[in-house]
Amino acid sequence: MTAVTPAPPSTAVDPAPVSAVPPSRPGGRPRLRTAAGFAFGAALLFAVAPLVLSDFRLSLLAKYLCVAMVAVGIGIAWGRGGMLTLGQGVFFGLGGYAMAMHLKLADAGPAGMPDFMQLYGQLDELPLWWRPFASPWFALPATVLLPMAVAFGLGSLVFRRRVRGAYFAILSQALAAAMVILLIGQQGTTGGTNGLTDIKGFFGYDLDDPVNQRMVYFIIAGTLLALLALARQLIHSRYGELLVAVRDGEERVRFLGYDPASVKLVAYVVAAGMAGLAGALFVPAVGIISPALIGIVPSIEFVIGVAVGGRATLLGPVLGAVAVAWARTALSERFPGTWTYLQGLLFVVVVAFLPGGLASLWALARRRDGSAAPARRGWSPLARRRAARRTEVPAA
Amino acid sequence: MSGDRLDGLSVRDVRVSFDGFTAVDGVSLEVPAGDIRFLIGPNGAGKTTLVDAITGLVRATGSVRFGADELLGRPVHRISRLGIGRTFQTSSVFEELSVLQNLDIAAGARRGWATLARRRRGVPDEVAAALETIGLAERAEHLAGTLAHGQKQWLEIGMLLVQDARLLLLDEPVAGMSHEERDATGALLETVSRDRTVVVIEHDMDFLRRFARSVTVLHAGRVLSEGTVAQVQADPRVQEVYLGHPVDAGSAPTGLEA
Ligand SMILES: Nc1ncnc2c1ncn2[C@@H]1O[C@H](COP(=O)(O)OP(=O)(O)OP(=O)(O)O)[C@@H](O)[C@H]1O
Ligand SMILES: [Mg+2]
Repeated sequence: MTAVTPAPPSTAVDPAPVSAVPPSRPGGRPRLRTAAGFAFGAALLFAVAPLVLSDFRLSLLAKYLCVAMVAVGIGIAWGRGGMLTLGQGVFFGLGGYAMAMHLKLADAGPAGMPDFMQLYGQLDELPLWWRPFASPWFALPATVLLPMAVAFGLGSLVFRRRVRGAYFAILSQALAAAMVILLIGQQGTTGGTNGLTDIKGFFGYDLDDPVNQRMVYFIIAGTLLALLALARQLIHSRYGELLVAVRDGEERVRFLGYDPASVKLVAYVVAAGMAGLAGALFVPAVGIISPALIGIVPSIEFVIGVAVGGRATLLGPVLGAVAVAWARTALSERFPGTWTYLQGLLFVVVVAFLPGGLASLWALARRRDGSAAPARRGWSPLARRRAARRTEVPAA
Repeated sequence: MSGDRLDGLSVRDVRVSFDGFTAVDGVSLEVPAGDIRFLIGPNGAGKTTLVDAITGLVRATGSVRFGADELLGRPVHRISRLGIGRTFQTSSVFEELSVLQNLDIAAGARRGWATLARRRRGVPDEVAAALETIGLAERAEHLAGTLAHGQKQWLEIGMLLVQDARLLLLDEPVAGMSHEERDATGALLETVSRDRTVVVIEHDMDFLRRFARSVTVLHAGRVLSEGTVAQVQADPRVQEVYLGHPVDAGSAPTGLEA
């Protein structure tokens, strides 16, 4: 790039605010485009998909859309906030188990106990911590609030101690592993490795009925759109700008008088809530929640979809999540056993060669005629000043 | 735009050690309100570390007061909220955000969550004023990463202005700048110091001679000399430090002799 000759700063004292500064978002065109985008997405999800897909495929899509909800949250926490959340399975699981416990209790009837508890036969009555989940007024909010509370507790501990980068990622993973061990260990009350299976009803509707399965699909599609709208609002708010600043220069933000720990905490808690909601809706769509669906491997899979789609964009995580989940089904139908390797390879390729995900290809194509984007780089005052130590002596 | 109060900086017997190595070794200095104090010294003298101590980045013993507030022992963001702003030896603007967004974030540390949750609409008055002061009004919508080096430095100073910093600690603000850019920066410092206290770390002696109101020389973590530009230049100890041996004929020019 050629050197720009900058206009020297004016030295006038406190000049009056100028109107020369262009408004940040000129005109209403972007807003119109967003509305059009949402309308298009809604048409696709609510009209086209139910028309062209078989009941079986539609229920698969419902499952993928749940994964996409988790991805929206990861896009915020990781893409915008720089927190590599490799343990979202925990929050997905908390939401899923909360919902499944309620549905199991509803299936069992007012005085009954879930079938698996009778099967293992060690319990005469419902464990204390199961009881509140009998009420939908407790269970439904809990699917979102429980994961958020756990994320809040964990985040408060971790972010203030400045745990980040790989350490944060490993910690998230450990949490997912711990949760799985806990669930399996408490087989009598959690269903162990099998999880909570064979869920029949959903608030009075029979889940075996294809019509009701469709209804569940519509609920999921609607929820995903709502989460996207929420994510969009978050990204474009002042908070969203601040979150990116924290991602790129956590220390710098501190010197501006902010506490980055609380900024990160909000994004982390929001992502956890989204994962919880996703887990809760996954249960009626698939009819089961189990440790295998929420442990380390699924937690990593959530992240891979986001990485492939483009973590810092709004739609990238959603499209990436659906694409990867779809590819997984398609490929493991045909070449069972190869998917794990393929997925690993995909992740490595994207991280190494396309850190912005597929969305960056799109942005690249659009930028051809626009101005060049600067390279991203991290920021840490101590590291930078070591790098910048100059050996220049005072010159005349 | 800012500065209802004009405060001075008082540093008393500040010490910073890194695993046994003492980088700042009992520094005391007084910067009166509204001063433009230059902090000079050879590489490794402890200038940046002293600023790190004042802003809470490294642990230090002793006392640092700005106005009535003791700074040592507080976390970085609380010190910042007391009106202390700093820049860094290397540019540290948020490159993926626009100039306007950079300034808006710098202006916003006191915003509540309700404001944060909403979109920025238009340009806050103090941000518009700072854009004008630092000469970047035309580039408000550009990504900070696309700015020229000098412009990034000005953006950093602009961020301190909207942050409402009453004490500016600038670490080598004109390093790598052209002559015109240096002049502009010097003029900017003079403007800014009308209602703020400014401390500048610099190696550029020409810049120092033109814009310093007072000078403190650090060497090996201690204050070696202090006074006006002329007094410091005349100090034989300062000349010795910059030359590495006592002054004698035929030695290399230091830039310190007038
Ligand atoms: N984080 C750190 N850990 C260990 N030693 C450090 C650290 N930071 C600085 N030092 C050491 O402290 C001494 C003072 O460094 P400082 O950066 O304050 O010097 P300076 O006067 O700013 O020099 P320069 O003009 O090169 O910027 C140096 O010897 C440096 O190596
Ligand atoms: Mg330095």
